[in-house]
Amino acid sequence: MDATQKLHFYQKGTFTVGNRLVSEEQRSVQASTDRSNALTCGHRACQGCGEALGARYAMDAAMRATGGNVIAVNATGCLEVFTTPYPETSWQTPWLHSLFGNAAAVATGVAAAMRVKGRHEVRALAQGGDGGTTDIGFGCLSGMFERNDDVLYICYDNEAYMNTGVQRSSATPPAARTATTPAMGPQPGNVFGTGKNVPKIAVAHGIPYVATATVADLHDLERKVIKAMGIHGARYLHIHVPCPLGWGAASHDTIRLARLAVECGLFPVFEAEHGVVTGCRKIRRQVPVEEYLRPQRRFAHLFTEAGKERIRHLQALADRNIAEYHLVDAEGDG
Amino acid sequence: MDHPYAITLDVGSSLANRTGSWRTERPVYVDRLPPCNNACPAGENIQKWLYHAESGDYETAWRTLTQDNPLPAVMGRVCYHPCEGACNRAQIDEAVGINSVERFLGDTAIRNGWTFAPPQTETGKRVLIVGAGPSGLSAAYQLRRRGHAIEIHEAGPFAGGMMRFGIPKYRLPRDVLDAEIKRITDLGVTLKLNSKVNRITDSMKAGKFDAAFLAVGAHIGKRAYIPAGSAAKILDAVSLLRSMEGEDRPLLGRRVVVYGGGNTAIDAARTAKRLGATEAIIVYRRTRDRMPAHDFEVEEALQEGIMMKWLSTIKRMDEGVLTVEKMQLDEKGFPQPTGEFETLETDSLVLALGQDVDLSLLDGVPGLQIKDGVVQVDTNMMTGHVGIFAGGDMVPSERTVTVAVGHGKKAARHIDAWLHGEAYIAPERHELASIDKMNSWYYADAPKTVRPMLEVVRRQSTFEEVQGGLDETNALYEARRCLSCGNCFECDNCYGVCPDNAVIKLGSGKRFRFNYDYCKGCGVCAQECPCGAIKMIPEEI
Repeated sequence: MDATQKLHFYQKGTFTVGNRLVSEEQRSVQASTDRSNALTCGHRACQGCGEALGARYAMDAAMRATGGNVIAVNATGCLEVFTTPYPETSWQTPWLHSLFGNAAAVATGVAAAMRVKGRHEVRALAQGGDGGTTDIGFGCLSGMFERNDDVLYICYDNEAYMNTGVQRSSATPPAARTATTPAMGPQPGNVFGTGKNVPKIAVAHGIPYVATATVADLHDLERKVIKAMGIHGARYLHIHVPCPLGWGAASHDTIRLARLAVECGLFPVFEAEHGVVTGCRKIRRQVPVEEYLRPQRRFAHLFTEAGKERIRHLQALADRNIAEYHLVDAEGDG
Repeated sequence: MDHPYAITLDVGSSLANRTGSWRTERPVYVDRLPPCNNACPAGENIQKWLYHAESGDYETAWRTLTQDNPLPAVMGRVCYHPCEGACNRAQIDEAVGINSVERFLGDTAIRNGWTFAPPQTETGKRVLIVGAGPSGLSAAYQLRRRGHAIEIHEAGPFAGGMMRFGIPKYRLPRDVLDAEIKRITDLGVTLKLNSKVNRITDSMKAGKFDAAFLAVGAHIGKRAYIPAGSAAKILDAVSLLRSMEGEDRPLLGRRVVVYGGGNTAIDAARTAKRLGATEAIIVYRRTRDRMPAHDFEVEEALQEGIMMKWLSTIKRMDEGVLTVEKMQLDEKGFPQPTGEFETLETDSLVLALGQDVDLSLLDGVPGLQIKDGVVQVDTNMMTGHVGIFAGGDMVPSERTVTVAVGHGKKAARHIDAWLHGEAYIAPERHELASIDKMNSWYYADAPKTVRPMLEVVRRQSTFEEVQGGLDETNALYEARRCLSCGNCFECDNCYGVCPDNAVIKLGSGKRFRFNYDYCKGCGVCAQECPCGAIKMIPEEI
């Protein structure tokens, strides 16, 4: 490396996708003109779709890590519907879809088949939305975890069933308005105290690797996918992907919202190995939860006199995450 | 039909689905005007030369810089850097140290002996430039590069103007100034020293010049009437600073009072201190916050032990004693006399009350308009006399080296066009890249590099340069603090964040292109562009 690369301060390249000042190998997969574009143009996702973005980020990183030897199994959901309206496909990789709830089990089968055929270099990857993961596919997912099958399961969490018209899932946050949790009555929006935290449940299975990530931090996301592909056994990656349609947000705010979710503490970004949390991404510029909630119409009902208490409740949830994962420290995270 | 069971259609790619038709707004790449460039009186493309400096290509950075300003090593020392005052980074942490990087580039160029490319062609036109100060040198450089034959007539014994006779050595070492002037004369500019122009029209006729650019500066110190005893020693700051360039150093005595509140007053007091004055006192009729001098210069002077006497006017001077009247600011902020007097012991009084222009060379030239002691010029820098242009301190403007260099460049463009029988039309200004168009998230926190300063004891007794420069590592760091406001720096963000894979990366140095066949117009690229180089515009439907 020459003198210009030895510097640690890449003022413009620390958070951006690429950096013209470092060598190609040090840049992100997405900065490369050779990225596989596993999910290519012409897909029918809405404008500003976070899931389409997250899926390309994750798949391209997995392709880079395995030399292109990935077979993807997809649960039913937006990602499946918008990429494969018969007879077209947006996938530039082997890809299959079976049912809503069995992606983890099918991927287990793919891994087994490759093992039997002696194709050890080919890796199985299962993916789905939060509905297919935390609700409908949860039994198959837990089974894959406890058997420690050699599958990376990626959940693209947009916090509701968006494809079918924004119905609540067990990943929908408290107070969020969905088609099935309308903003009316004494407890408008999704009820506090419901839902489940699947990343934590995955950690509880003691599997080799669990991580959360967001589309707002590409470098972190790619690092985690590449790390996961270097491990055999059951692995789980939970990616937060804002949905402009379902959340009632502007299409250009997708990444901004993902960033604010992390910076306010509502979505903790961490990783765990064999049941133990090993690291977290510190909050860089902390914001109150209102900053994250306000641009989303699903939370519009909170910005009334009656909503103040519920905002405090959401802030308390964020504060609990901050304390639990040590998201803020005195020195910050330059 | 050899399709499998229940399959009737061939598998196709979604590439057949041109989702660009969904779009109601389209992203377009733009170049917005960085605030530093907007603020630079010399019209430097600061963002662009910092871009080259960032990758360690200092020569390209220097060549880009010197397109607009041939004196970077001088600038990096004496410019009051309005660019840094406008810098968007100041709203994130601290402004980029543009001035220190400029000095680094200027010094690197001198050290490596980089020279300017000679003109491609000779036009055969002759231009007379009167005055070898920053404005005249800048115009000479710009006109020579365009192929005109240039003669500079300088009244003084050395080139440099106020850069030599007004700015003390501890701010601008003379070897630096000499090196940058020599580089300009090496382009083939004829410099005639000790040749005062008595009447411009005669000199033009005698030398067969097609045009003239006047930049004689403002070298006459303003005097105020102060009743004084016969033994009182009173001199003006301009003469004091000029005499520092001669063999004999002026004798000021142990106690020196400087009267005035501008940068020249500060320079005079700091010079007096270095000449051995035990007390150097600045007397100013208003308060520090109303002083025209730059705050950092006042601060440096205070560090060196210069004393300040605010709200005071000098009423008379007798041998060794000054009578001073205390002032009071009225509600409009104007100083009003109080009738209270006090005395100050002093050996000499230096008046730093501003400067006037010696306009004698314009006597009898028809068409010229002179107002408030300066020559009036048109927007194209031409005086009322066709073919005679003027700039620098002798026209109405702020009197700084950088403004003067800017005048020289501007006048050169108009003179060049005029010599070709055309009119120079400035390119359209881009929209300002204000901070609200940027996404500051993507810039890492990086505090400004502090330049080393000479220790105070040596500053009080020697004329060594006060402020040090950067070395390569911290100059590079400082350059990389630039946000590249409004201009793509190829961070790949748009290429990465497009959910539709609709941005085409064209390769290093070639930036990007939108693939409007697939771009749905979501606007994520524009929102996440760090530097505000993407704009969403409504689609024609």
